[in-house]
Amino acid sequence: MRPFEYARPQTEAEAVELLSDHDGKTAVLAGGTDIMNLLRRDAIQPRRLVDIKHISSMQGIRQADGGVLVGSLVTLEDAAESPLLAEHRSVLQVAHAHKAIQIQQAGTLAGDLCQLPHCWYFRNGYGLLGMENGLSMAEAGDNRYHAIFGNRGPAKFVSGSRFAPAMIAWGAKVRVVGPEGEEFIPLEYFFATPKTDRQNVTVLRPGQLVTHVWLPSRTADIVSGAYEVLELNGLDRPQAAAAVTLKMQSGIVRDARIVMGHVAPTPWVAQEAANALIGQSVNEDTASRVGDIAVAGATPLSMNGFKVQMARAAVKRSLLRAVGQLDEALV
Amino acid sequence: MAKKRVVTTTINGDTHEFLCQPRQTLLETLRDVLGLTGTKEGCSNGNCGACTVHLNGRPVDSCLVLGVEVEGAEIRTIEGVACGSHLDEVQEAFLEGAALQCGICTPGFIMQTESLLDENPNPTEDEIRFYLAGNLCRCTGYDKIVRSVQCAAEKRQTANVGDH
Repeated sequence: MRPFEYARPQTEAEAVELLSDHDGKTAVLAGGTDIMNLLRRDAIQPRRLVDIKHISSMQGIRQADGGVLVGSLVTLEDAAESPLLAEHRSVLQVAHAHKAIQIQQAGTLAGDLCQLPHCWYFRNGYGLLGMENGLSMAEAGDNRYHAIFGNRGPAKFVSGSRFAPAMIAWGAKVRVVGPEGEEFIPLEYFFATPKTDRQNVTVLRPGQLVTHVWLPSRTADIVSGAYEVLELNGLDRPQAAAAVTLKMQSGIVRDARIVMGHVAPTPWVAQEAANALIGQSVNEDTASRVGDIAVAGATPLSMNGFKVQMARAAVKRSLLRAVGQLDEALV
Repeated sequence: MAKKRVVTTTINGDTHEFLCQPRQTLLETLRDVLGLTGTKEGCSNGNCGACTVHLNGRPVDSCLVLGVEVEGAEIRTIEGVACGSHLDEVQEAFLEGAALQCGICTPGFIMQTESLLDENPNPTEDEIRFYLAGNLCRCTGYDKIVRSVQCAAEKRQTANVGDH
């Protein structure tokens, strides 16, 4: 690891100040489950690491404004055990998909949302876009884990967040504080596709950090489900994923949100697929058809055509899981 | 930039004060600064669990924690498990059950098992396998480890009954 400074603020204001120095060449340390690996491999080179774990305002889960406010220091384990999130099934399904206790109890939900891509060109020091001599290494090289949507620009990686699809489908917002004060950003608009190596994968500006995630409360007519396609003997990350939140009335879908993950440089909202579900009931046939629509516009790279089928299956299974029709013994 | 810092922490019940650079992990600090080499380095990226220690009572991969982060914390490592030359039930069970071959993963498995049995003194086989999912062993095929954990749980329960 290269040398860096270490700072341990006690308040959000202190954290903002510490993050703003060094022209913003700073990074946030929370659970450390991913950033430590980025530092070790020189994929990022901050001059200061700001350890936010001792900021009490960012701890805990509480009810607020018709929803649940989850502090940025809440771990996967805290979330999975909280009665306040017990009805956000899709979020819990993603939490439980992280198997290692060491990671569940250190990793945070907000840290997951801010996670940098797992693209192997980026992780091996070729910059966020993985370019060499002005050419995308992923485009010409091994791109089996790369994007099948939104990949016409220089970014070929997939968003690293596992919780974002479920949370976007729920209509989550993030509370961000920075040098200009606080703002609430709908999670759907929190992610960005960089066009240069100097841009980022979120809209966060230098000095800003996520302090909380807000999720609306569940009402009785809402169901949700998430499904991640994992490689059995491979990387411990999804190849494709989907999450849905459905508003139901007498077995008929009245409103739907479908979001795919690990298929594009940002979480990918499948609006047409969601529209097609409205007025329908959810069953094998409709779920299959909606899966087809969700992947209709896919533009796979040279080696990842197989991910189209995985994304289609993820959409179908997350729909069936939301309505309790997925045979859980088979998954 | 990157000056060494003084860190004060409790390790296995004793207060330690040491110097470390911000970029040194807790794993490096334990092994290279404090000479506590019982904690092993496996993958060094949070996959294998070989470097598991307890930080404020919870199991963590010490390769994913910085030395400077543990200021004021309580740490328990494999060196704090046995009492003098007296092994604890988990260590005994691993030895008797031949739950190790090369042994690199063993300190991590034992720390994770200690944490499991603190939370759940009588775990089922499924619960054991789920709890140890963050610890990888490339030699044993896990069955002997799982059986040794079951055996340790029995030993500990018998010992506790004997205490009362």
